[in-house]
Amino acid sequence: MQLYLPIAEVSADAFLLLGIGSVVGFLSGMFGVGGGFLITPLLFFIGIPPAVAVATGANQVVASSVSGVLAQMRRKAVDFHMGIVLLAGGMVGSVIGIWVFAQLTALGQIDLFVQLSYVIFLGLIGAMMLQESLRSMWAARNANRPVRRARVHTWVHGLPFKMKFRASGLYISVLPPLGVGALVGFLAAIMGVGGGFIMVPAMIYLLGMPTKVVVGTSLFQIIFVTAFTTIMHATTNQTVDMMLAMLLIVGGVIGAQLGTRVGVRLKAEQLRILLALLVLAVAIKIALDLLLEPSELYSITPGLLP
Amino acid sequence: MIRAAALLYLLATPALASDEEIVAGLSQNAVSITANFNGSEILIYGAVKRDAPAPSDAPMEVIITVEGPSVPLTIRRKDRRAGIWINTEAVTVDSAPTFYAVATTGPLTSILKDTENLRYQITIPRVIRAVGITSEATNAGDFVIAMLRLRDENGLYRLDQGKVEFLEETLFRTDVILPANLTDGEYRVRIFLTRDGRVVDTQERIIGVRKEGLERFLYNLAHERPLISGIVAVLLAVVAGWAASAAFRLVRI
Repeated sequence: MQLYLPIAEVSADAFLLLGIGSVVGFLSGMFGVGGGFLITPLLFFIGIPPAVAVATGANQVVASSVSGVLAQMRRKAVDFHMGIVLLAGGMVGSVIGIWVFAQLTALGQIDLFVQLSYVIFLGLIGAMMLQESLRSMWAARNANRPVRRARVHTWVHGLPFKMKFRASGLYISVLPPLGVGALVGFLAAIMGVGGGFIMVPAMIYLLGMPTKVVVGTSLFQIIFVTAFTTIMHATTNQTVDMMLAMLLIVGGVIGAQLGTRVGVRLKAEQLRILLALLVLAVAIKIALDLLLEPSELYSITPGLLP
Repeated sequence: MIRAAALLYLLATPALASDEEIVAGLSQNAVSITANFNGSEILIYGAVKRDAPAPSDAPMEVIITVEGPSVPLTIRRKDRRAGIWINTEAVTVDSAPTFYAVATTGPLTSILKDTENLRYQITIPRVIRAVGITSEATNAGDFVIAMLRLRDENGLYRLDQGKVEFLEETLFRTDVILPANLTDGEYRVRIFLTRDGRVVDTQERIIGVRKEGLERFLYNLAHERPLISGIVAVLLAVVAGWAASAAFRLVRI
């Protein structure tokens, strides 16, 4: 069924949009990533203008994250204290990120910078996660080998302003989560995504949070980041297409519920391996786009050069 | 200078002292873009009114153009730099129609003289205004050719030679397909009668294309009340997320 989208000014198949929404929502509920890095290229691929795809994708991520967080809350797998601390750091980071973005735009070549940072960050994070989770799965099979301690006492634990994060079972200083939040917020603002795929590994490896609360906590802070992004895009560029958003949202919220249920049944290492593979696949795809000769060298954008 | 003067002279001449006139009609003079809009077909028809029998020296031909609103464009080209493909050069076009269709009774080269094309701006390359692009990039012409090719592939620029039916050198008709990816605005329909490559008479009609119903409401909301529109979008997302969660709790999958 074809449906005309008022802001995108193209018509698209309603069922295809529902399908895209549910696939991205499924991954979002399962891994705790927003899915912005998947939905934008998918929408672009079916002919939605890039600016509309980015803004409306953010709106869809709000819905699937709310849906996912509520599902995780019922299993008490959301650490609200940690979420709020990360968010506070994230706000500071994104303000700096938006400023840097404006500076880079003025210099030109912002697209290239964004693509390169995608390849570098996604590639590094994916490779690190894959290596770590394969090793821990291997260790779990050879049960007689000495267990590697997940959390050791380091200088991090000597920092001041300690706080109890009960849901995560952590008693650490607020400074590392604030720092992680700021770093993710900074990268998210520059790369134009919610930052879930950076946040999830950072929470597991840098903060030592248990994998089961990571998904819910990550989704919790993504809600606020993407809600802010949606309103920013709506007010500055008028590129949020509500008709498109509603279709993606309906698919997304259902997908997120199913994804959460599947995610619970998987072992923590399996979840991490799958996420690592997904992240690596996106990194390789973007790297190939940069390295291989594109089939179409020319592109048309409305408007004059700035 | 001489060319410009010649052009001015041509434009100033009282048009077309001829006794053959177009009487034309459109199947609709407004197109509403609603939620289920998936393109539209406009029937353009008419007849040639004559006071005297048709001169028999050369056959009469019909050219019909439909032109969407014009906007400026930027065309970019990717090049390999240090092993990676990035956008390097760009060319800006001052004004290019968002949609342009030409339908004719026969091959354009034989039914329209270049001077007449220049004067009436009938073919697509004549309509696009790209002044001073040669200084913006090497081979700037390639950029415009690439743009024409891309728009042709998207069905936005079309040239249908021989698609106008013309009976007894009097009655003509053609269908012009407006694609689904239309923008709002006034679409100008022009009809040209030519004989021996010269334009004998022209007619102009306007088709108003605008969004209606929900489409119009959402478009206006986004452009006139952007903050409210953004907040509504976020609230809808939150409510939808909550509703799905509540529904799934009832079903207990």
